[in-house]
Amino acid sequence: MCTYRTTTLTVDGSGKGAAGWFPVTDASVYFDHPVRAPAEHTLNVDLRNPARGAAARVAVELDPRSARALAVAILDILDGAPPGLIPS
Amino acid sequence: MTTGDLTARTVELAGHGGDAIEAYLALPLDAEPAGGVVVIHHMPGWDGASKELTRRFAAEGYLAVCPNLYSREAPGADPDDAAAAARAAGGVPDDRLVGDVAGAAAYLRGEAGSNGRVATIGYCSGGRQSFLAACSLDLDAAVDCYGAFVLTAPPDEFPLRIGPLRDRVGDLRCPLLGLFGADDQYPGPEEVAELERELAAAGKEFEFHSYEGAGHAFFNTDRPSFRAEAAQDGWERIWDFFGRHLSA
Repeated sequence: MCTYRTTTLTVDGSGKGAAGWFPVTDASVYFDHPVRAPAEHTLNVDLRNPARGAAARVAVELDPRSARALAVAILDILDGAPPGLIPS
Repeated sequence: MTTGDLTARTVELAGHGGDAIEAYLALPLDAEPAGGVVVIHHMPGWDGASKELTRRFAAEGYLAVCPNLYSREAPGADPDDAAAAARAAGGVPDDRLVGDVAGAAAYLRGEAGSNGRVATIGYCSGGRQSFLAACSLDLDAAVDCYGAFVLTAPPDEFPLRIGPLRDRVGDLRCPLLGLFGADDQYPGPEEVAELERELAAAGKEFEFHSYEGAGHAFFNTDRPSFRAEAAQDGWERIWDFFGRHLSA
């Protein structure tokens, strides 16, 4: 099925897309049909900059297990960062 | 018997609100007037697979057009970028979908080779939209391939501007062909059976087929869900259905 459910949020950072690096301002996260991954549903993340057009996008499609492992790794790295490096 | 010869190109047509939107038009080169098919693309967008599908209808002798439902969000973008932009913006609202399909149907009826009859067909999200169009527009037939959330309401946290169509069943204006996978959960067999009961109670003309051993997206050759036997039988039913309802 098309799950439709999507979480969107604003983000601040940089992403490398087809045309090179660009500032990313928005993210969409959804569990739905992939475009390329050989699966029915994947955890999909779009890092975007709508002001620069639809092509300003970094897209990734991960199987659910990989997505959870990545999420844990992201939080672990942030939690283990040297004190004072991450603004509170 | 058609030759299978066709032409295909990108055109512009007037959609909802008179907006100029892109569309992929495929026309048979056979001389006989023929019915038309509006192909409603899936959520991944107005992509190569959708255009290939559009050509398939033309190869069978039907005028076919697939409007780019994401024309407004990302004109000229790659299909997957456009789909991502549209998703982030809340997707295609139902009223806009109906307006774009109406424009596409009018475009086909305006073609010299048209016999005036038009159907819609959609898969997955497009299946639901095909049903919606058939409840809203003057169409001659509609095909719903495993459309979810026809009767069932989407979850509360849905960001997309769609709603259940339960109250629209009585508005169905043309014969409906529904093709479903018995192993599908969205829509599941219970929802499909309930839709059958609702349509029967409303006195509508419809035919539903559910395929054992097939789940969602069994027509899609690009996914593990593809089921050759179900797809082959499904296509035969589509041709039979269109043959009966799109002939002048």
